[in-house]
Parts: sequence; structure tokens; C-alpha cells
Amino acid sequence: MTAAPALAVEGLSVEFRTRGGIVRALDNVNFSVDKGETIALVGESGSGKSVTAYAIMGILDPAGRISGGSAVLGGLDLLSASPSQLAEVRGREIAMIFQNPRTALNPIRTVGRQIADVLIRHGNVPRREAPAAAVEMLRSVGITDPSRRAKAYPFEMSGGMCQRVMIAIALAAKPSLLIADEPTTGLDVTTQAVIMDLVNDLAKELGMATIFITHDLALAGQRSSRIVVMHAGHVVENAPTDELFAHPRHPYTAELIAATPDSAASLDELASIPGSLPDLRRTDLPPCRYSERCPRKLDICSQPLPHQTLGADHVVACWNPLPDASAAKPMLSVATESAA
Amino acid sequence: MTVLLDVAEFSKQFPAGGVPGPWARLRRRFSGGPEKLSKVYAVDDVSFVINKGETVGLVGESGCGKSTLVRALTRLIDSTDGSVKLGSRELSLTPAHEFASDPDRARIQMVFQDAGDSVNPRFTGFDAIADPLRRLRHLRGKALKDRVEAVATQCGLPLQLLTRFPHQLSGGQRARVGIARAIAVEPELLVLDEPTAALDVSVQVVILQLLQQLKKEFGMSYLFVSHDLSVVRLLCDRVLVMYLGKIVESGPALDVFEHPLHPYTQALVAAVPRFGDHHAERLRLTGEPRSPIDPDPNVCRFYGRCSRGTDACKTTMPVLRHFGERQVACHFAEEFLPQPKIAS
Repeated sequence: MTAAPALAVEGLSVEFRTRGGIVRALDNVNFSVDKGETIALVGESGSGKSVTAYAIMGILDPAGRISGGSAVLGGLDLLSASPSQLAEVRGREIAMIFQNPRTALNPIRTVGRQIADVLIRHGNVPRREAPAAAVEMLRSVGITDPSRRAKAYPFEMSGGMCQRVMIAIALAAKPSLLIADEPTTGLDVTTQAVIMDLVNDLAKELGMATIFITHDLALAGQRSSRIVVMHAGHVVENAPTDELFAHPRHPYTAELIAATPDSAASLDELASIPGSLPDLRRTDLPPCRYSERCPRKLDICSQPLPHQTLGADHVVACWNPLPDASAAKPMLSVATESAA
Repeated sequence: MTVLLDVAEFSKQFPAGGVPGPWARLRRRFSGGPEKLSKVYAVDDVSFVINKGETVGLVGESGCGKSTLVRALTRLIDSTDGSVKLGSRELSLTPAHEFASDPDRARIQMVFQDAGDSVNPRFTGFDAIADPLRRLRHLRGKALKDRVEAVATQCGLPLQLLTRFPHQLSGGQRARVGIARAIAVEPELLVLDEPTAALDVSVQVVILQLLQQLKKEFGMSYLFVSHDLSVVRLLCDRVLVMYLGKIVESGPALDVFEHPLHPYTQALVAAVPRFGDHHAERLRLTGEPRSPIDPDPNVCRFYGRCSRGTDACKTTMPVLRHFGERQVACHFAEEFLPQPKIAS
């Protein structure tokens, strides 16, 4: 790890006030991204992946409130920055790719103009040269015939093309941090591979730090060097990718790996995760939000959550983590059988 | 094995760009051209069979005609050409609107993609499952209630949830309602259109295992449509790969995924993310798909995106050829046969 990470998130907590009570959507979330590194935030829906991204970007719903923590990007705490400071940083320093490109793009503005807007505002490109620069951006994200496509509206393009436009907009000002929120959900596997190649290649070229949000553990494993596993607003495990798959230490991570179809040779081998996410409006939430689903629960689990550092760079929020040896969950025993 | 569904030379075309207006009609008349409208060839000359008790997977990217094919097979829309035989019954002669009340409607049922969208929001779970039983089995009163509860139990749906509306159910519970509704009338063929696409992995596992168990219990055949290859691999005996309206490859699921013969299948299999292969050398698809509007019948549909497109691909459409249990529509399928390569 280098001395200064591109983004350091510490103790981030977010609450939503709703009619049904206060939803504690995030509780004490910690992680950091180094320059040029790609990390993945992984978890089921409702685990707080997107809320984390929205809190960092400062685009939380008005009902949401950041109740604590910091997110430091290049010396500036984004969570306590003023709106005008944030407006300078967003687009220029941090950019985001949203889940559904069709709804995230402006439907009544051509894609070329949408890219030019960003270039003029954040990219120090003179107004006169912006349209030509926008065409260049379209070319760099692999769109064929970019000068014609620049005049197209989002509805005239396929989902994969729209996602390329989103990427062009996000990267227009060469940000130092890119947040990609499920950029390939709803796209085909072939398109997914192309889009992810593009994000990876451009990130490498520009030396960008990337936070990649997904529910697909296999995709995260393929595309990131470190994985942060979230469950019900907590970070339960944070480890380098290979380490996480080889030796998952948090029971939830192990269950998640065992439930992924790629890991099994037959359907019967797939294990489901018992129970569901706890209701985050409850006032009596246990310190470990997984404890009610957990097969390894101990009495000590009612104590405040520990953040154990196991080996280099491997953090687990669990009192009773899986031992290293028994980490050979179904997936790995399959792998060894077929190898033998 | 007995054949349950026999689809032969099946096609479905849609008019492209709608009906021409008066100006376009005038121009066409004076230019002397033929009265020919352009068409989208959504499904083009497709033939396959599904045996009794078999699970067949149908994979392909969005826009390749998967959904059109299954909608036409289940008689939700009319086909343009070809025959669909369910047992001895020829289905394609019955118009879709008449088939809705046909006694054979019960023999072929469908589970739709997102149960949240496909279940009537004003129907409770009970009403949703009871609806086909009322219409097709003409059950009423106690008999209806018993049957609905029996099916709900088979699908692992707690009976107290039957009074709830779809928005009060979780994603997994809604999926169970959708499955219970489809199997209530005891179909012989169940068509599943991406039943787990909207679910988290942990719930997806449970639903897939439920489907497998139901199949064992009732001996149904499944046509399972999905673009998630890792799921198809686990659930299906045989798989059909579609590309732009044509079947390009078919065969036993494991064989197809381990030794894909068609370049498109190879790219598809290579694109599936797997544990632990970061940035391994993968086959990349470049270029754009050809247009399905009035495609040239003599050019391979995959030409332009294919890694090995030659002049032959531009002048002759490859036909499906048999290689043992497998079928491939590629001029170069042999090259991969003797020493099958695993694209990973």
C-alpha cells in the first residue's frame, strides 16, 4: 500500500428518516482505494453498496443524513465539503457511472452535446472546440462512426452503446476516482465483457482509482484486485481478491461464494443462505447484523463488532471467523476433486 | 424418448418501421418498385425438438429473438411460418386469441421474467394462482381452494401469504407465485423466461432447486430461457444457442459449454466471469451486430463480429450440420472438432 490512498472512507454512517422509523443504512463503513487500484463493493441488494457511493458523491436522497465519518479525497473531506467545493470536485475529480444508462442520460439532448457539456464545465476545453473533443471521446470508448453517433439521442442507441456514452461522460475530465455502480446490470454477458474491458483499460491508462459496485461475485473477482463484502450496511470482510476466494474468513462471504452458480458442478451442491437481511429500522439491531443468520454464532457476538486484521491487508468484522484451514468450502473441494 | 414439442422451419417476422404513410406509398408507386415492406426477421427458420422430461436451455444475447420464439411457441403471438407440434396437436394453425380458451392451453404454460411485473397487482397470491384453474379447469369453491393450497405448498409458499398482494411479497415469494400459477394446471411443457434474472444469488439458488425438484416430481419438460450461462449449465440437459434469429449451435449442455464449436458460443462462454481468472487472455467480440431488418440470406449472421470471418461467410449462409449429438451452423466447425479447444 502506498502512503496516500486516492480515497479513504472512515466510519461512514448514513441514516434515512422514513415514516416507518429511522433506517440505519450504513454503519461505520471503512475502506480505502489506492491510486490506479480497482476495488469491488459486493453484497446482496439492500446491503448498502449504492448508498455508500451516493454518500461519497454527495447525492444522497434528501431523507438521508450522513451521521458520521469521513471520506477524504486528495486532502478534502467530501462529507463536510461545501456544495460549491463539491461541485468543483464532482465531474473533475470523481465521476460516476450509473446502473441504468438509459435513465441516467438526458433523453432530449444529443449524446455529443452531453459529453461536450462536461468538457466545457470540467475539462478546460474551449466551447468552440468541445464538439470535436466530444467526438474524440466517443471514439476512445470504441463507438464506431463517432461523428454520426454524436448527433444521436440516447433512445436511438442500444443499451451497450448508452453505457459507453456514460463512460465517455464520466471520463471526459480525466477524474482521479471513478465509481461504477453496477455498470453492466441488464447487459448481455458479451456486452458486459466489452464494457468491463473498456473500464479496466481506461482506468489503467489514466491511472484512475476505481470503485466497482456489483452483486456478481464472480465478475468482481475477475475485475478487481480487492473485494469489500457488505452485508446490511456493514463491511463484513475486506481482502485482496485471491485471498478472499481462497480463504474467506467471514461466514457470510463463504456462504455467498457457495451460492454463486459458477462455483458448483451441480445444482445440489449450491448452498443457499438461510434467512434474509434484518429490518434496518429496528432499534434492537444486534451489533453484528449477520448474527441472526449466522451458523457460527457465539455468546460473544452480542459484544460490539471487532475489526480483526488477519495477515496483511485482510480485515474481518467477526468474533468467530472461519479458520484458515476449513476455508475449503464446497467450491474449493470441487476444484481439487476435478484437478485430481 | 418421446418427442413432446416439435418445432419445424419456424419463423416470425415483424413489419419494420410500421405501415408506410400516404407519401411513402405514392413515392413507391411512381418509382415503380415492388410493394415490399421491410421486415424484422426476429426468428428465422428455426427447428428443434423437446423430449418428454427434458430441460432445454435457450441462450443468446438480448435482441436475438429468444423471447419472440417462446412467445410464439406458447401461442401468445401468431407465427409467420412453420409448424409447432405439441404431441400430435398442430398448434400453429390455431390463432393466438383462440388458443387462450383452448383445452390444450393447459398443456403449455409459461413463467415470466419478473413476477413483480407479470402478476396482476390487484390480484392476491390466491387469485393469481386460481385464475388459470378457474379458466382452464373450471374449478370452483372448495375444489379450487384445495388445489391452490396444494400447489402453493408444492412451491414452498406459506399459505398465510396467499392473501397478500404482489407488492407485499419479497422477490423470491413473487417468483414462487409465478411458478405456482404456471404449474397449477399441470402443464406438460413449462417455458421459463429468465425466472431468476431479478433475484439475488442467495434467492436464485432456492428457486432453481425448487424448479429441479418440481420437475422430478411431475415429469414436466422445461424450456429455460436465460442469458446466464452458469445457471443454464447447472439446470439444463441440452442447450440451444441463438444468434440474430437463428440457432447457431445446439447439443448437450456440458459439451457445448466446455467445447463450444461456433465462434459466437466461444465468445459467449469466454465472456462469463469465473472465479479467479482475472485478466486472463479472453476472446473479445469486436464490431457491431448485423441488422435483423431484411438480412441478406446469403451472409452469415455473425459475419462482422466473428473472429474468423472469410469470404465464404459473406457469400454462403452456413447451415446447421450434425456432429453426433451436436449441431453447428459454421463453415469452420470441423476445425474445433478433432482437438476441441476450451475457450477460457
